[in-house]
Amino acid sequence: MQGVTPRLILKDITKQFPGQFPGCRANDGIDLTLLPGEIHALLGENGAGKSTLVKIIYGILHADEGEILWEGKRVAIANPAAARALGIGMVFQHFSLFESLTVAENIALGLDKPGKMAALASRIISVSERYGLPLDPSRPVHSLSVGERQRVEIVRSLLGEPRLLIMDEPTSVLTPQEVERLFATLRLLALEGRSILYISHKLEEIRVLCDRATVLRGGKLAAFCDPATTSARQMAEMMIGSELTSPNRHPEALSEGEALLEIHGLHTTSNDPFATNVKDAALSVRAGEIVGIAGVAGNGQAELLSALSGEVLLPEPGMVRICGQAAGHMGPRARRRLGLAFVPEERLGRGAVPEMTLADNALLSGYGSGGLVRRGLVRFGKTRRTAEKIIERFGVSARGYGSQARSLSGGNLQKFIIGREIMQKPRLLIVAQPTWGVDAGAAASIHQALIDMARSGTAVLVVSQDLDELFALSDRIAVIHGGILSEAIPAANSSIERIGLLMGGVYDQEGASHASA
Amino acid sequence: MIETVAILVSMVLAATPLLFAALGELVTEKSGVLNLGVEGMMLAGAVTGFAVAASGYGPWAAVLAAALAGAALSSIFALLTLLLLANQVATGLALTMFGIGLSALVGKPFLGMPLEALPALPIPLLSDIPLLGPLLFRYDGMVYLAVALTIALHLFFRHTRAGLVIRAVGENHDAAHALGFPVRRIRFSCVLFGGAMAGLGGAYLSLAYTPMWAQNMTAGRGWIALALVVFATWKPLRVLAGALLFGGFTMAQLHAQGLGIAVPPEFLAMLPYLATVLVLVLISRDATRIRLNAPACIGKLFHPDD
Amino acid sequence: MLRLEARPHPSTAALLLSPVLAIGLTLLAGLILFALLGFDPVKTLTAYFIKPLDSLYGLSELTVKATPLLLCAIGLALGFRANIWNIGAEGQLIMGAVAGSGVALFLRPEHGAAWVLPAMFLAGALGGMAWASIPAVLKLRFNASEILTSLMLTYVADLFLRWLVNGPWRDPEGYNFPQSRMFEPDAIIPPLLDGTRLGFGAVLALAVALGGWFLLSRTFLGFQIKVIGLTAAAAGYAGFNSARITWMSLLLSGGLAGIAGLNEVAGPIGQLTPFVSPGYGFTAIIVAFLGRLHPFGILLASLMLALTYLGGETAQISLGLPVAVTSVFQGMLLFFLLACEVLIRYRLRAGR
Repeated sequence: MQGVTPRLILKDITKQFPGQFPGCRANDGIDLTLLPGEIHALLGENGAGKSTLVKIIYGILHADEGEILWEGKRVAIANPAAARALGIGMVFQHFSLFESLTVAENIALGLDKPGKMAALASRIISVSERYGLPLDPSRPVHSLSVGERQRVEIVRSLLGEPRLLIMDEPTSVLTPQEVERLFATLRLLALEGRSILYISHKLEEIRVLCDRATVLRGGKLAAFCDPATTSARQMAEMMIGSELTSPNRHPEALSEGEALLEIHGLHTTSNDPFATNVKDAALSVRAGEIVGIAGVAGNGQAELLSALSGEVLLPEPGMVRICGQAAGHMGPRARRRLGLAFVPEERLGRGAVPEMTLADNALLSGYGSGGLVRRGLVRFGKTRRTAEKIIERFGVSARGYGSQARSLSGGNLQKFIIGREIMQKPRLLIVAQPTWGVDAGAAASIHQALIDMARSGTAVLVVSQDLDELFALSDRIAVIHGGILSEAIPAANSSIERIGLLMGGVYDQEGASHASA
Repeated sequence: MIETVAILVSMVLAATPLLFAALGELVTEKSGVLNLGVEGMMLAGAVTGFAVAASGYGPWAAVLAAALAGAALSSIFALLTLLLLANQVATGLALTMFGIGLSALVGKPFLGMPLEALPALPIPLLSDIPLLGPLLFRYDGMVYLAVALTIALHLFFRHTRAGLVIRAVGENHDAAHALGFPVRRIRFSCVLFGGAMAGLGGAYLSLAYTPMWAQNMTAGRGWIALALVVFATWKPLRVLAGALLFGGFTMAQLHAQGLGIAVPPEFLAMLPYLATVLVLVLISRDATRIRLNAPACIGKLFHPDD
Repeated sequence: MLRLEARPHPSTAALLLSPVLAIGLTLLAGLILFALLGFDPVKTLTAYFIKPLDSLYGLSELTVKATPLLLCAIGLALGFRANIWNIGAEGQLIMGAVAGSGVALFLRPEHGAAWVLPAMFLAGALGGMAWASIPAVLKLRFNASEILTSLMLTYVADLFLRWLVNGPWRDPEGYNFPQSRMFEPDAIIPPLLDGTRLGFGAVLALAVALGGWFLLSRTFLGFQIKVIGLTAAAAGYAGFNSARITWMSLLLSGGLAGIAGLNEVAGPIGQLTPFVSPGYGFTAIIVAFLGRLHPFGILLASLMLALTYLGGETAQISLGLPVAVTSVFQGMLLFFLLACEVLIRYRLRAGR
């Protein structure tokens, strides 16, 4: 590719946010070069500065120092509209979609010059089919699956004829088969001469898809590599900056304990038009084992978890048995008394109250044990000490029990919440998305904590979208799709491909979809 | 038969102030803002309209002044909730209380003054059709305006880009912001529109319906208008239907005596309020319907840098 | 260009000072208002805020007016903290007055007894609670907004009262005025201090304020209320029973409003008339906010707003200032308070 003008050059980009400690910048002197027709990976763990960098490219943020060259010319990108005018498109990790509006209306809102609706609808159909992402313009977005919603976002960007397409963690919500389809689309776009900047922390995917990779760490440019000749382990170490340790799974400690969670014939009956009801689910989790449930968001996990935690009551008490007791009619308080602990997917706003201190948040789920409440009165000394213990034991980086929950980083808050649940010494621990958005260091300690819990006799159920995580943790794995829970098979007897098929709703010949304990 | 027509006509007249106020609040709520200050804004419009008309500036100047008064009051609400991020419920209540007090203060010199009602504008030819003529075509200008606005808003939200953008802002203000839409500016405009419409509704009361000024003369109509918006599941044409229904309830007290119903007048006066409660209950039971139709972001705080 | 920037922690200074700042701004606005109305600004402000307090009688009147505000506001604040917006306290106040008056007019033994007044208080509380239970049921069973239902019921209560005093309960010897018979002496609250109208209600209100503080800051129930109001999903996760809290807060605020209503008719007025309250139930909302939803703040705020009522009356008598100015003041106070609250969570910054 000699003599080709690079599409985008970033030189010495630096950005600091107010409130950050000096010397700790979101972006610190980053250089990047993108060529036409190249698929370039931007790697880094959570908090490394990838989001900030692409927001600068897309005009949402402005760099404090450094310059941007677009197709050889120096530019200042004032806002996203200016970026789009240059030919830069972006597909965000969190979609900007309006659920009650149609696909066409959503796309029209994202275009600077949408034109008439009828013409737009036919453009949507032709573009979406051309790139292998078929869409029906008249469907309301709330009726689309997560993968289909991403297509709306991508088609919206493509209609702007971008010469650089930025994709921010696109595959975290896709099944392995949908990922393949996306990659085919991206390769087609690259062949047309467009550049693609692909942000991800999924190392195997980057090795399959990307031509070159830039690694960020702590806001700085850490390394630059060729994914084809670098192993996933080496890339991971570039991201973390140190040796990678896999969690110690103590496979020798696996034993056949009693079933502490038994789900039988569970079905939910939500009237919410946006919900996916669970149908006739069955599963059991024994003491000492970790069972994982894989599935893309929107397939009934949220409904299943609320039914297990007690936030939603079930029609029959026997649908859920906790430590042998029929618990379907019990609320969260009663289920905790039976020995249940639960870490929900939403940390701020469900697992913790953002405006309250860590001491108060320790009380949120811990009021039934540890003597935190006596005769209706709150014992504040005890709540503070409990919070301190959690902070110390689980390495939570916070200014003390008086810090507000929302002042903690995502990883630290998750450590606190998991720590809080573990300190209640539950017999059954249910965790949803344990390390979503959490940096690798915290993620490793969370995984280890879960494994240690299991080995000491607790039954652990993990619901996650991250197959790597599930395979690292679980003894058995089940899949949920369209509200149907598959059988849980030993992880050793399965593979990412097989689980991926089940996640996409493709059932194999052995009828692995049939639910049985 | 003539009596039926007369009753129906009175229903339309009673519906008009509700229609104005509810349409205005509908637009405000579609953009994601809950303005509980409708009662205060209506009173501001009522007193301003009356004051301008009684001071000799003519009915249409009065109507314009009333709209401006309502919009002015709503701008206080917009400033507090959109810029200073105050709680929308509390601010709306403050607006109502302030509007009640301010209108009482401003209206003091006008108590008991007589005023000529807004002139009727019968549509030539059409108003001479037997039965339908008096029923549909012999109203004053504001009634026609209210109906025209209903249709205009229906078309606006269905077929225009501006209407689509407002719906988007009310549905998901974070996504709208991410797409580059000026969320606060859009909401500001919608709030001002709501205020102006509430002012018009109040003006209709003091200029046409019962041409006079009395303290607190809206008697809760602003609150009824709020319920009407929910009842109509945020659709303009349904607001028209609902307003007519409630117009009927408001008229019950006057016509019951004529129809020989012997219920104490106080109980008849309760009808519109009890009907509002009933209607709210009926519509709120269907949580699915509400979920699908209500602007999802209504009442939620929006701060662009959060 | 000024913009708002989120603070990492809420500012305690702003928390305590925002009501003070709001009061200051309101007084300033008041000076301008008086000037616009053609009154001498300083003289009017003095008549409004200082003169009422210069005698023992004035201070007792302040307490008399603050009592219903305090009673209602404590109940309302507990509800607001849980995100339950009872706007119909005025209606509950009226129904409490009605219920208590019923006892006073019809349920007394011939020669009086000590249990009459307590029974009236109880009836007042029950009347207010019953009236508040309607929005509670409608909210829990049908998901209907308690803001609108409680408010509509206020209009209904007011009309019901009018019917009673114009119809069945009208004093036959009252020259056709819409009012009930005067209560017998045993059904009237005796004054605590001779020469004043200060009665037992004030003591009760203070006890309620203390109880409210204890409930909110020390009990687990208070914790649950706060969580429900801040983050409903976290309350669900924790297993808190929101329905029970909804009931409790509506019934409590209704009961307290009912007692306030009874206290008005059995104390200062001594009979049931259509003018039981000059809007105490609504002003209590302002009191609750001005006191930052905290019982001690509410105590101070109730005195402040009672002063606006008192000042309105004094200024009307001595200077001819229209009584409507009081509502304008109260509305402005709430506006300024809401505006100043932004400083608690955000900082003003210049530049981009």
